[in-house]
Amino acid sequence: METAFKTAFPLIVYSLGIVAAFGGVMMIVAYTVLAERKVLGWIQRRIGPNRVGPWGVLQPFADLLKFILKEDLTPDKSTKFVYFLAPIVALTAAFLPMVVYPFGPPLSDPLSWLVPYLPVIPLGAEPNIVAWIAEQAKNMPLTIARIDIGVLFVLAVTSVGVYGIALAGWSSNNKYSLMGGLRSSAQMISYELAMGASVLGVVMLAGTLDLNGIINAQANSPWYMRWFIIPQFIGFIVFLISAFAETNRVPFDLPEAETELVAGFHTEYSALKFALFFMAEYVNMFTVSVMCVVLFLGGWYVPGLSHIFEVGSIPYALASHVAFLLKIFFFLFLYIWIRGTLPRFRFDQLMSFGWKFLLPVAIGNVIVTTIVVFFLNR
Amino acid sequence: MAGTVLFFLFAGFAIACAVSMVYHRNPLYSAISLIGVFLALAALYLTLAAPFIAITQILVYAGAIMVLVIFVIMLLNLDEDKPLNRLKYLYAVGGGLGVALLAQTFFIFYAVLKAPKAEVDPNTTVGKTMSIGRAMYTEYLLPVEIVGVMLLMAIIGAVILVRKMEHPHLELVGEDEDEKE
Repeated sequence: METAFKTAFPLIVYSLGIVAAFGGVMMIVAYTVLAERKVLGWIQRRIGPNRVGPWGVLQPFADLLKFILKEDLTPDKSTKFVYFLAPIVALTAAFLPMVVYPFGPPLSDPLSWLVPYLPVIPLGAEPNIVAWIAEQAKNMPLTIARIDIGVLFVLAVTSVGVYGIALAGWSSNNKYSLMGGLRSSAQMISYELAMGASVLGVVMLAGTLDLNGIINAQANSPWYMRWFIIPQFIGFIVFLISAFAETNRVPFDLPEAETELVAGFHTEYSALKFALFFMAEYVNMFTVSVMCVVLFLGGWYVPGLSHIFEVGSIPYALASHVAFLLKIFFFLFLYIWIRGTLPRFRFDQLMSFGWKFLLPVAIGNVIVTTIVVFFLNR
Repeated sequence: MAGTVLFFLFAGFAIACAVSMVYHRNPLYSAISLIGVFLALAALYLTLAAPFIAITQILVYAGAIMVLVIFVIMLLNLDEDKPLNRLKYLYAVGGGLGVALLAQTFFIFYAVLKAPKAEVDPNTTVGKTMSIGRAMYTEYLLPVEIVGVMLLMAIIGAVILVRKMEHPHLELVGEDEDEKE
């Protein structure tokens, strides 16, 4: 019993962590949708949704219920299996990067203070299993999986997400869907390069691919480059622009340009399958915001917070986590703000902008950073 | 224990995807199956404590090369009902290559059975990014440089092939053909 519990313990902890992170991300995504409708309403001098609940706060749940209850149509001549697979691929690839997000600083001893208030439960040779759990929780990182290649993991998994859109476009047997899918795959391959190149500068400055390591590197930098947005400003701009293109958002939302392609790749999708694509887009927005915050804005690190709270204590972690979320909300707001402000690119403009401007700028940034880092480290 | 279960899970998935890739006549289904093979192999690399190789597998093969393959298939929109006109001797070539591959597989089996058994240590640094980078830029610098030059040549070649029609005066080979057209 005791050994079985101890073997299964990491599995339980990981499952709890995944459930907590999943629930949190889903809530943020649901309210991003509502915030988008509200903010766009204000930008366009409308009120926005205000019927479901006070101030429209229950609107996301009403939308979800509607999506579940609507009729699920499948086009007659679609490729059934691929048509079914595409939204699943899109959402899975969108959610997977969640496991490496650094949600906050590691907790040095989160549970020991609770032990005296809890009942003593002996289990096998262990006198008190509650104390054992508290012992295990020491130095708990607020990350589900600490892998030393977090940056690459996020880039790799999000790059798989393009299949969801491309296959949806192909399997729908609709010319608008196909055009949307083709545009999307071309766009995502093109901007992936600029995105990867813009991350390289940060990776060189930090000397690691680990997301927590990058945050620590920023915290330990001299004051004039405490956030990597300062030495890597060009990289930040390139990353932000390619992030908009990677998530198919305005001004790069050509795969679903409604004036020419009806709804692009998801023209033929209805009910819950459409909802999955919709969610995948917003989860991708969240992922990209997390990456922006972690790579360029110091992640959960708040300068000077260690003077107020003890490093590793619960209030310190909580305050850092709130700061992390606030930074993310800023980027989510930026997405909405830009959607309400900018018109759409034309497809040839999009391609020449990505290949002839963004990629050379990103590579130039890498070369300059390499030279500077080389001379700094001598 | 968990490692064994995961190995059989992902190895089985990889083999199933590989069989489905060969079996399907629709090229898009084959391409999707191939992506499945790559993902399963990446998972296997992860269980072998080589995260960098696993992620590179996804990033390069599944994330870039197969996207291009699918892109081309979607653009060509091949007709499913039309039988592909395969040449007869290709069957012989395929059979020969299959036999060679089978022999190689059995040789690897034999070598593995002969080799001393060693547990995979998840804390080993061999598969970590730092050690791979260090090895690449010290011990294996010359091969890396050669590959870099070859890739550059391939890029220049691709650009020249695409630009053939726009600038015939830049042609080195096949200038007569352009004149005939």
